[in-house]
Amino acid sequence: MKLHEYQAKELFAKAGIAVPKGRLITSAGELNTALQDIPGPPWVVKAQVHAGGRGKGGGVKLVHSREEAAEAVEHLLTNRLVTPQTTAEGVAVHQVLIEEGVDIDKEFYLGMTVDRAVARPTMIFSPSGGMEIEEVAQQSPELIFKEPVSPATGWMPYQSRNLIYRLSPLPSPETIKELATTMKKLVDLFMQNDCSLLEINPLVITKQGAVMALDAKMSIDDNALYQHKDLAALDDSREKDPLEVMAEKANLNYIRLNGNIGAMVNGAGLAMATMDVIKLAGAEPANFLDVGGGASEEMITKGFEIILKDERVKAILINIFGGILRCDVLARGVLAAAKKTEIPVPLIVRLEGTNVEEGRKILEDSDLDFLVAKDMAEAAQLVAREAKRSVLS
Amino acid sequence: MSILVDENSRVVVQGITGREGTFHTQQMLAYGTKVVAGVTPGKGGRKVEGVPVMNSVAEAVDKEGANVSCIFVPAPFAPDAVMEAAAAGIQVIVCITEGIPVLDMVKVAAFLKEKDSVLIGPNCPGIISPGKTKVGIMPGHIHRPGSMAVISRSGTLTYEVVDQLTKAGLGQSTCIGIGGDPIIGSSFVDHLRRFKEDPETKGVVLIGEIGGTAEEEAAEYIVQEFDKPVLAFIAGRTAPPGRRMGHAGAIISRGQGKAEDKIRALQQAGITVVADLAELGKTASQVMAK
Repeated sequence: MKLHEYQAKELFAKAGIAVPKGRLITSAGELNTALQDIPGPPWVVKAQVHAGGRGKGGGVKLVHSREEAAEAVEHLLTNRLVTPQTTAEGVAVHQVLIEEGVDIDKEFYLGMTVDRAVARPTMIFSPSGGMEIEEVAQQSPELIFKEPVSPATGWMPYQSRNLIYRLSPLPSPETIKELATTMKKLVDLFMQNDCSLLEINPLVITKQGAVMALDAKMSIDDNALYQHKDLAALDDSREKDPLEVMAEKANLNYIRLNGNIGAMVNGAGLAMATMDVIKLAGAEPANFLDVGGGASEEMITKGFEIILKDERVKAILINIFGGILRCDVLARGVLAAAKKTEIPVPLIVRLEGTNVEEGRKILEDSDLDFLVAKDMAEAAQLVAREAKRSVLS
Repeated sequence: MSILVDENSRVVVQGITGREGTFHTQQMLAYGTKVVAGVTPGKGGRKVEGVPVMNSVAEAVDKEGANVSCIFVPAPFAPDAVMEAAAAGIQVIVCITEGIPVLDMVKVAAFLKEKDSVLIGPNCPGIISPGKTKVGIMPGHIHRPGSMAVISRSGTLTYEVVDQLTKAGLGQSTCIGIGGDPIIGSSFVDHLRRFKEDPETKGVVLIGEIGGTAEEEAAEYIVQEFDKPVLAFIAGRTAPPGRRMGHAGAIISRGQGKAEDKIRALQQAGITVVADLAELGKTASQVMAK
């Protein structure tokens, strides 16, 4: 689960990591009151969206007067924001963060994630702040410093020193101390909140010598949300596709994509492989949907409804390899969905595995109109052909 | 032969009194697996499917000589269950549980470094040595005894592959689902080392997916040390970057973990990478006939 910058910064401030003074507003009318509390001009106006690449899309603006601030806020709240990481339609901006402008002396990158290769949370520090860390990793890997966190000892002071004393020139002794404290606090924040990503880019030293987080990215491990109800409450579902929100509530793994073939599959790996064969057959998947190993009849019905809600879907492929999920359960779920909603597009079914005969019989004995595929290759060919037909007709 | 589990494996099911635990105990018994005990703390003394339930894994080791564990405990309690099994001296621990927080697995991984146990999973279908024993949730009937090894990060996708192998006349020595999480107990390379020493295994199918670099590491190991034929399939070539595709570990982040990179690394290692999953059985026959 992703947090907004302002939410992450509130957690930073609580943890004792310095952030610029700022206010969140949701309408242009709130701007004047907000500006009274924030030192400036200059101010920084920042769109609060989950999509990355905000700066490049014009979502972050430095303004030098109240008029400029009002203009920027108005523009962000009334236009969709297109960044390199959004679709061409962009995303709506519902909230804007106004912050004091800061006099920057030096910029760093400071982040934490779990390094799967060593199975440990790892801190990443780089003197090349303000740039995309991926670019730094590619162009100058020697400027990326890493320290893993031991689950036995936690973060040790020497680890901060290992990172900081590689800087050249060295910051002042006071700043070194402050950087080390910030690192320790970041580790604690990461561990206490079951983060999957924490990123400060840039972490700056101000002209006044203070260490401050100018930006904040924070993602929480979805699997750990059950132990962090307070964080789970920060979820902003406006940032997600409405169909994905619906699927989430039904405990389904659904991701909306750009094609027109609706797919329902059991198991994440098989679902990905199904997307791949659809593409090989010359068509584009409209979604990834893994109904899971132990899906119930209700979950199947719900999944089917979600696929049908996507108006771009021109044909549907059901690909099930029954293991724990039995084919008869799947068949009943599909029929229940068909009873509720009309299925206006061709349906291709490929069933294999546990109780496959019973599943096929349930479908055949119903008045449901569908095509049977004997294997994945045939399923992909059929669904691609049917989708083309229904686009043409 | 086979690796890690065979007809002599004595299985303890942790979480045996739960819905999944009970159902799969029944399925494993039907396959011929020696399920010698179950564990649910506080429910010792009962029987499930004729299997005695105990309060601890240590008791199952003591009284029934359990040496393999299969875990169906819910995610909040699964890390503790894995560590309990390792502490009790269980050699092979299979953790089926999905949804364990990554930072909990960091602790488990560190704990296991000091033990001799092999952890398979979590978030996996388990391990099967066809005709001998099945420790997990895979449908047993699609497997046949034979000489192909299968190592996979996925569940149902593995069934698909095994089914194709069986239909192509290629039986299996041992099939392992290593799990779909970012941190797992054992890797492709760990098991390739074992299959290398197994005379019965004549060839290996690797089933990878986007996320991490486990496939690249496997490719490197294979070039250097592995001399049996290897066939691979990578799922997620069409997955959008930055989205988690069902499995917690299946994400392309920061430009790493892309299917193309994995496919390239495997091909450079001389491994046949099957592009169309539907062709896997046929391609495996060709590779093994060489």
